[in-house]
Amino acid sequence: MDVFEIFISAIFVNNIVLAQYLGNCPYLGCSREKGVALGMGAAVVFVIIMATLCTWLIQYHVLVPFDLAYLQTIVFILVIAGLVQFVEMFLKKMVPPLYAALGIFLPLITTNCAVMGVTILVQREEYDLMTSLTYGLASSLGFVLALLLMAGIRERLDTARVPKAMIGTPIALIMAGLMSLAFMAFKGMTS
Amino acid sequence: MQQIIKEFTKGLWQELPPFRLVLGLCPTLAVTKTASNGLGMGLAVIFVLALSNMIISMVRNIIPKKVRIACFIAISASLVVAVELLMQAYAYPLYQQLGIFVPLIVVNCIILGRAEAFAAKNPVSLSLADGLGIGLGFTLSLVFLGGIRELFGTGMLFGTQVMWQGYQPFGIMVEAPGAFICLGLTLAAMNVINTWQARRKGLEAPENPQSGCAACRACAGIK
Repeated sequence: MDVFEIFISAIFVNNIVLAQYLGNCPYLGCSREKGVALGMGAAVVFVIIMATLCTWLIQYHVLVPFDLAYLQTIVFILVIAGLVQFVEMFLKKMVPPLYAALGIFLPLITTNCAVMGVTILVQREEYDLMTSLTYGLASSLGFVLALLLMAGIRERLDTARVPKAMIGTPIALIMAGLMSLAFMAFKGMTS
Repeated sequence: MQQIIKEFTKGLWQELPPFRLVLGLCPTLAVTKTASNGLGMGLAVIFVLALSNMIISMVRNIIPKKVRIACFIAISASLVVAVELLMQAYAYPLYQQLGIFVPLIVVNCIILGRAEAFAAKNPVSLSLADGLGIGLGFTLSLVFLGGIRELFGTGMLFGTQVMWQGYQPFGIMVEAPGAFICLGLTLAAMNVINTWQARRKGLEAPENPQSGCAACRACAGIK
């Protein structure tokens, strides 16, 4: 599969939320307004790319040479937690406007399984560095796409009459199901 | 003793993780293609959750407040690595079926949520009971959801045919859309039961539980 195909398939065919079941907590929790969704999405794109880069370098330059690949899980989560903390401090000090926009979302990202999921998936597929970064970018863009679509629908849904038992998470999940059904139609796009 | 039983049983209904607390949705959706996958995932989570609750409760007075979340993550990650190695050794087919969701137990909100909300404040015996109870509740929920999806999606239950001869499987149920829709309907049914229970006791109907990062107190605590 060439890089372009990986890019398209990670956004539409194997969408990280709708086909791979990753990152559902922010998908349901941060999709009330488009502004919040966009902020969360931007923070996730940023962290996924940074995390993919760091964990890829660590995997191939530390873990594999020293025969420590079985420690992957523990090393990756600590790297991601440290990275998020570092990015937060860096932005606060150096780029205050960006911090004001993304700051509140950053701490939530450590336990976002989309980040950890992408870093592990990239290792399981044995992509090289460029392909990994492309995959990371495309997956996070797919996440933003799903999140924005969901936020758009939910803003409309606020004025709709929903059965009482379905208000909140249940109706959001049903919509996610329908959206995922629609995304299944992209299956024919890649070989 | 009475309190231990109380902490154990609350996880089975009152604080049932995916349905009542709306936590840990990713594994709930992903591994419930079949009831047996759900069971395997649930057992792995029970192992990690019970031990991490126990260990965190043992060291809760030694850990400085400021770095506690990092310590919780390190403890649960070590346990997840142990589970991964155990599964590779003794249950390799299951390990392959569950895929990346075995290492992802480490970012399951339930583990960190219980560590922060319960184990960091309570003695060892209560924390262990809490971990076992919540873990068992999670397992039962996964088996329930996996059972429904497997039954309608393939006509089987734990791999044996249970539907009548000539039953047309409802294939979408074992795909991603089926997972979302099943979980949504289950949560709606839970809300109906909650309202009905409250009304029978003569209380105001409770708000529907919200999902999201605010519900899991651990994420917001990383500072």
